[in-house]
Amino acid sequence: MQIQDAGGQLTSRTTYRLADLADYLARLVLPFLGALVLTTVVLLTVDVAPLDAYRILLFGAFSTPIRFGDMVMLASPLILCAGGLTLTFAAGLYNLGIEGQVVLGAIAAMIPLRLFPDLPPPLLWMLSFAFGAAGGTLWALLAASLRLGAGVNEIFAGLGLNFLASGIALYLILGPWRREGSASSSGTALLPRELWLPTIGSLRLAPLAPIIAIVSLVVVWWVLSRMRWGLEVRAVGLNGAAADRLGVPAVKRMAQAMAGCGLLAGLAGTLQVLGVFHQLIPNISSGVGLIGLLVVLLVLARPIWVLPVAVVFATFTVGSVQLPLTLGIDSSIAGVLQGTLVLAALVSRGLMQRRRRA
Amino acid sequence: MNQLAIDLGAVLAAAAPLIFATMGALLSERSGVINLSLDGTIMLGAMGGFTVALVTNNVPLGFGAAALIGAAIALILCILSLTLGQSQTAVGFVLALLGIELSSFLGAPVVRVPGPSVPFLPIPLLADLPIVGVIFFRHNLLIYLSFLLVPFIWWMLFHTRVGLTVRALGERPAAAFARGVPVTRMRYLMCILGGALVGIAGAAYSLDLRQGWSYRHTFGMGWIALAIVIFGGWRPWRVAFGCYLFAALEIVALRSQRTMAGVPTQVFQVAPFVLMILVLALVNLVSSPQALRRIASLPPTLRGPVGMLVARLAVAAPAALGQRFERP
Repeated sequence: MQIQDAGGQLTSRTTYRLADLADYLARLVLPFLGALVLTTVVLLTVDVAPLDAYRILLFGAFSTPIRFGDMVMLASPLILCAGGLTLTFAAGLYNLGIEGQVVLGAIAAMIPLRLFPDLPPPLLWMLSFAFGAAGGTLWALLAASLRLGAGVNEIFAGLGLNFLASGIALYLILGPWRREGSASSSGTALLPRELWLPTIGSLRLAPLAPIIAIVSLVVVWWVLSRMRWGLEVRAVGLNGAAADRLGVPAVKRMAQAMAGCGLLAGLAGTLQVLGVFHQLIPNISSGVGLIGLLVVLLVLARPIWVLPVAVVFATFTVGSVQLPLTLGIDSSIAGVLQGTLVLAALVSRGLMQRRRRA
Repeated sequence: MNQLAIDLGAVLAAAAPLIFATMGALLSERSGVINLSLDGTIMLGAMGGFTVALVTNNVPLGFGAAALIGAAIALILCILSLTLGQSQTAVGFVLALLGIELSSFLGAPVVRVPGPSVPFLPIPLLADLPIVGVIFFRHNLLIYLSFLLVPFIWWMLFHTRVGLTVRALGERPAAAFARGVPVTRMRYLMCILGGALVGIAGAAYSLDLRQGWSYRHTFGMGWIALAIVIFGGWRPWRVAFGCYLFAALEIVALRSQRTMAGVPTQVFQVAPFVLMILVLALVNLVSSPQALRRIASLPPTLRGPVGMLVARLAVAAPAALGQRFERP
């Protein structure tokens, strides 16, 4: 499969003329308008006042400190995933296996917590993050070797590994790691309180989570746009064969980009365990990998944009949690809004390219 | 013996939605368009088909609605990728997620509501045949159609003028264009027809095999269907074999859950997915240049049969799959 728009934003650093500025604004505004129109149509089919729904979707996450904390705790793993995906996207790979990489990260992060519960918590957290990162990397490298070694498209290798990862998680929850007394598919026993990442007051906001996410994102930005390695990865993404002939080890760069993405996904999985759920649950990733893929389709291989877009997406999701209670509609409208946003962005991108060609 | 016949009949029935979905995907991919939205399309088709059938109390209308939904999603994919030049992978993925979320949102009112289903229709006389009757002729109309769909698609692709054109679109669109084929328009048509079949696959779940609707009712089946098309090397009979193999594995998994209590159930649930990936990897490995060189150095008595086997197993994807076509 040929990937056409991977890393297609390399020209964005040229100077802007007025027409470019209008272009740029349209690029930001059109997707939003398109998404609002489409989502409003969906909302009208179920007889809900769209303004009420939007008020909750857009501002619900800022209505109380607790909800704001939840938003940050969702945005953090999302930033890690989307940041990692900018690496694979730059290399021209669609890493659909990121969900599995998050799950494996979470599983691996549980291992030191179960083996050495008596170590001092800070040391245990460090071990846990290291294990989580290793787990995610391992899973990403498995997908990479299926793609690069055995020629299985990374999309399907990743999907298969996603199913396998959630199977492993379910097996552990019901089998070896089941909670005392009755096994339950709802999750393993809760971690002891002192192992939870420390939070601000009574909020669920653990400041370490956004710190790790933002530091990682800065690192990704640095390696992708300021280091030779990033340049080579982008070259591989634009034209692998050409880059290879010019002496860039293309296969190695692809595998490294996958490994980097898996590492960050593993950190995201660790955050889900230590900071959000405090146990292993079957749906431990809660879809951050898939939302991360949507984010990266919006921002392409530009890590700087991951932060605002991830925050906006997390705002939608956290806001939507209140919808069933207040308006009696399903919370999945947040996903509809996120999806239509990306779809509208693809439409406006296509229209611009057409106009430029004409 | 009778139990085996019943099981085989169950496998044939269980594979029916996958047959519709994979044949739809096959049609579209053979013309060079990869419709990655299958999972969302099946889900939305299942939800929409069930809702329409429930409201109108008319099962065929439900299938019609599902086909329209599938066609509409394929149309969006075509507009964005073929006309506006966006990556088919990206658009398909977004549509997959969007379809899933939309089905959850719009389907919330009909969750676990009992509704109509495809009526049982044993074929008179034939159904009374020993064994064969049990396996093939005690199903419903939908399943019989799935039996007919595979030979029809095969005949269409390999024995008609249209099929030749479709295959040319997937392999050498420029050559087809030079022969006067409207490449983009034909791709639109094939992708939309394929999408309609995928939508029907969704309704086949909600109106027949897993009657009703629940949250993420058909989760994962679209991705499986896409993997089976690759597994089957884009050939109708082999793809159909893949569908039946998958359905058989699922049923074995279901049975062993009861009889083999010691083995964790999760092993059986993920086994088919993992097996599929392993087979794909294996097929690709045995057909790699290194492996071919090794085969060439085998003793002559082995070389012939092994080489033939590998050549049969290894099928390349349509050369122009997923690529843009620019008018020369």
